[in-house]
Amino acid sequence: MTAIALPDAKFRRRITRRRAFSHYPAAWVALLYLAVLLAAAAAAGVVAPYDAEQQDLSQALAGPSSSHWLGTDRLGRDVFSRLLFGARVTLLDVAVATAVFLAVGVPLGVAAGYRGGRLDRIVVRFADLVLAVPGIVVLLMVVAVFPGNDIATMIALGLIGCPGLLRIVRGSTLAIRDELYVKAARLSGLGTPAILRRHVLPRISGPIIVQTSLFCATALIAESGLSFLGLTRPETRGPSWGNMVAEASNAMSQDSWLLVPTGGVLVITVIAFGVVGDAVRDTTMGRAVSATPLLRRRPNQQRAATVAPSRAALSVQALTVAVGGVTVVRDVDFEVAVGEVVGVLGESGCGKTITAKAILGLLPAGGEITAGGIVFDGANLTALREKELNRVRGAGIAFISQNPAGSLDPTFTVGSQLREVIRRHHPQPRRQADGEAERLLRLVRLPDPADVLRRRPGQLSGGMAQRVCIAMALAAEPKVLIADEPTTALDVTVQAEILALLRDLQHRLGMAILLVTHDWGVVADVCDRAVVMYAGEVVETATVDELYARPRHPYTAALLAANPHRANTGRPLPSISGAVPRPGEWPIGCHFQLRCPLAESACRRAPVPLSATAPGHLSRCIRAEDVNA
Amino acid sequence: MIRATARWLASSLVLLFAVTVLTFLLSALAPGDAAKTMLSGQTTSYTPEQYQQLRHELGIDEPLPVQYWHWLYRLLHGSLGTDLFSGQPITQALGGRLAASLSIIVGTVLVSAVVGLAIGVVSAVRGGLAGRLVNGLTLLGLAAPNFWLALVLVEWLAVRHPVFPATGYVPVREDPAQWLRSIALPVITLSVGGSAFIARQTRDAMADVLSRDFVVMLRAHGLPLRSVVLKHALRNAAIPVVTLLGLMFVSLLGGTVLIEGIFAIPGLGQQAVTASSTHNLPMIEGVAFYFTIIVIAVNLLVDLSYRWLNPTVRAQ
Repeated sequence: MTAIALPDAKFRRRITRRRAFSHYPAAWVALLYLAVLLAAAAAAGVVAPYDAEQQDLSQALAGPSSSHWLGTDRLGRDVFSRLLFGARVTLLDVAVATAVFLAVGVPLGVAAGYRGGRLDRIVVRFADLVLAVPGIVVLLMVVAVFPGNDIATMIALGLIGCPGLLRIVRGSTLAIRDELYVKAARLSGLGTPAILRRHVLPRISGPIIVQTSLFCATALIAESGLSFLGLTRPETRGPSWGNMVAEASNAMSQDSWLLVPTGGVLVITVIAFGVVGDAVRDTTMGRAVSATPLLRRRPNQQRAATVAPSRAALSVQALTVAVGGVTVVRDVDFEVAVGEVVGVLGESGCGKTITAKAILGLLPAGGEITAGGIVFDGANLTALREKELNRVRGAGIAFISQNPAGSLDPTFTVGSQLREVIRRHHPQPRRQADGEAERLLRLVRLPDPADVLRRRPGQLSGGMAQRVCIAMALAAEPKVLIADEPTTALDVTVQAEILALLRDLQHRLGMAILLVTHDWGVVADVCDRAVVMYAGEVVETATVDELYARPRHPYTAALLAANPHRANTGRPLPSISGAVPRPGEWPIGCHFQLRCPLAESACRRAPVPLSATAPGHLSRCIRAEDVNA
Repeated sequence: MIRATARWLASSLVLLFAVTVLTFLLSALAPGDAAKTMLSGQTTSYTPEQYQQLRHELGIDEPLPVQYWHWLYRLLHGSLGTDLFSGQPITQALGGRLAASLSIIVGTVLVSAVVGLAIGVVSAVRGGLAGRLVNGLTLLGLAAPNFWLALVLVEWLAVRHPVFPATGYVPVREDPAQWLRSIALPVITLSVGGSAFIARQTRDAMADVLSRDFVVMLRAHGLPLRSVVLKHALRNAAIPVVTLLGLMFVSLLGGTVLIEGIFAIPGLGQQAVTASSTHNLPMIEGVAFYFTIIVIAVNLLVDLSYRWLNPTVRAQ
């Protein structure tokens, strides 16, 4: 009967996935159970095979049998019948407590949230005060003042429980009150009762149902606890579930069977309330799902056979990725030569980042590589086990992301994280790793490395954080660095500095870089070659100079035209009309057909293959020759 | 630092003052007093003179503020007063009981933390079938009423397979091994629901943290899964869990009453119930005083662990 406070909503920044209530068969079973229980309790006089007090000492403590389904107690009374009669008392008590809980919590919560101001402050203060009072002490006091009166105790229980509901109802109402359509309804002269009925109550009913089912469970346990102690329903006044457990405990030395039905019905009923509450919560508020499946499935060994050997630093071959069963990246091919800088270009939603993350086996929840291979250092990464792949991460292929501020663990200092990464790849004493950390920070041109090492990520600017991330990525001298929009989140001046740093590091360390970006300026600045992606496919690959001079895919041409770096002053910047089709909605044939000025019927008939238009220049367009820059 | 300490000290004193005053007022509101309890225990009839005389002897005929002042004065001199009935000093009467209650509470919080964190982390990392299994098991754990679970455990682990004693308490100073055995059943009983509760919170908090960018990045840097999950993600997910462990500790202070009754553990909860039914005011005040001190200590621990877990909290 430990009264543990309900978890605070503010701790739950949920990654949510909603499902309809009908997807929860357990919730339907629970509801059905509760309905049957309620009906049987109401009709106990008719349904129960025996009277609650009908004794038969010759049958005392008989186990379950066809005449007594759940056995008999010490006086030979039928346990099943007594449970049904006891349910009347217990469920009525729970209903009283819940009615008080709702009657106080909902109106006060709605009033406080909707009216605000002083009323709100008073109500919230009051709720906090009641929350702070230890519930069990109050209950025991009420029992002392009204001995054996279960209704008075249940009213007190409802009052003790309502602050939690009140706060939640207030919070939801507050949020709804400020929404545009509610404001509009108010302005249009709709009265407060009508607004509450039409707009507010339907929206807050989800949280109310959740809280109510949880409270029913709590009330059931509290009620039976008090009744077990003989404080509210002594056995002399007829059966209740709690005093039946007490009776079972008295009979324990002779036969412990009675504990099973009496406790079992309590457990099952509490679970039923809980299951209903969970299902309503999941359908109305979404359910927490882990976004990163940390344990990769065992790789498919057969895929190893499908890759071709490659002399490039990194070779992506016919890579196909699905997320949640939907293909998001299809048949992607490209190579990054040793020491080369390759850009991956395209609008948002073209599969650039997914491709980058797939290379390191860091796909989000539900993501998997369904075909193709990734060759690095003579091995197919898709065929490696998690442990083997982990040895490639950081050491062979490193990664920096578009969110430098979120890329570092906020709870550890920069020095501690950097040191951990260094020692992971090159085990060495702490002191030595500290020196190495300083060297890396100087390498990424951070002034005062010693100071940065002592800071926590929250105390760094975006640019500094990205430099730290680059230093971490360089810790094991990787052969390939994957940079996923490394400058997108940064200020313009900082962008230029970070790009200059990357270019400089690439020259000095000779590593290959795969640079994901949507910015032609970045590509022109640092890349040797570029891969243009559209709707999950590579549509064109060539050297950067060639792409600028002779784009051979209408999408590349359109992107170039929309490039602000090349825009003619005084003329409006051209843009590509329409949007990238979402995965699963890709058209048959060319993916770009819907937005393409050159599209013809042949483009819609069959998928277009990637073909060479010149040495080292590939395009996925049947009218490649007609594309003009 | 000095200012923060001063502020903490001040708010702690205010809380202590408020709780003891409130307890005084509440016990005055309850019908009856200690003199009545005492006399009706001794004789069937007594005269009003006898009653007044006893009230005077017990010092409960004075106005409430004066009584509180006396209590406070004694407290400042290191005494919590004496039991009205036995004449024993309160600190002595409660000392052993405090140890018994704290044994069970600390034991329960520790077991719930270890088991709950382990289950929660595994279910957040694995998801799928294992996650659903954990979900079902924790629901079962939360649903089983303590008092019933206690009986089942006694039947199973004390009667049928006498592993642990069914009732009683052995102080740790007398025999550490027996002490551990004597608190085993109450701790297991309370830990079933406690672990389930902590497991669910841990799973939700971990699922949340595991979806953040830095987890992906730490893995991209090649850190082993063990470090990413147990060092980085767990530390970030620990704050809500620590908060709940603190709440659990505080709610167990009142919540052990029933369990202490079933297992015949001479703890604070039992004493509180007896003292309030007999109007033994110094005893009630003593229990309230200890409870409040424990609450203050637990809150301090929770606060300190916040600072250790996530130093950025300090700035907020």
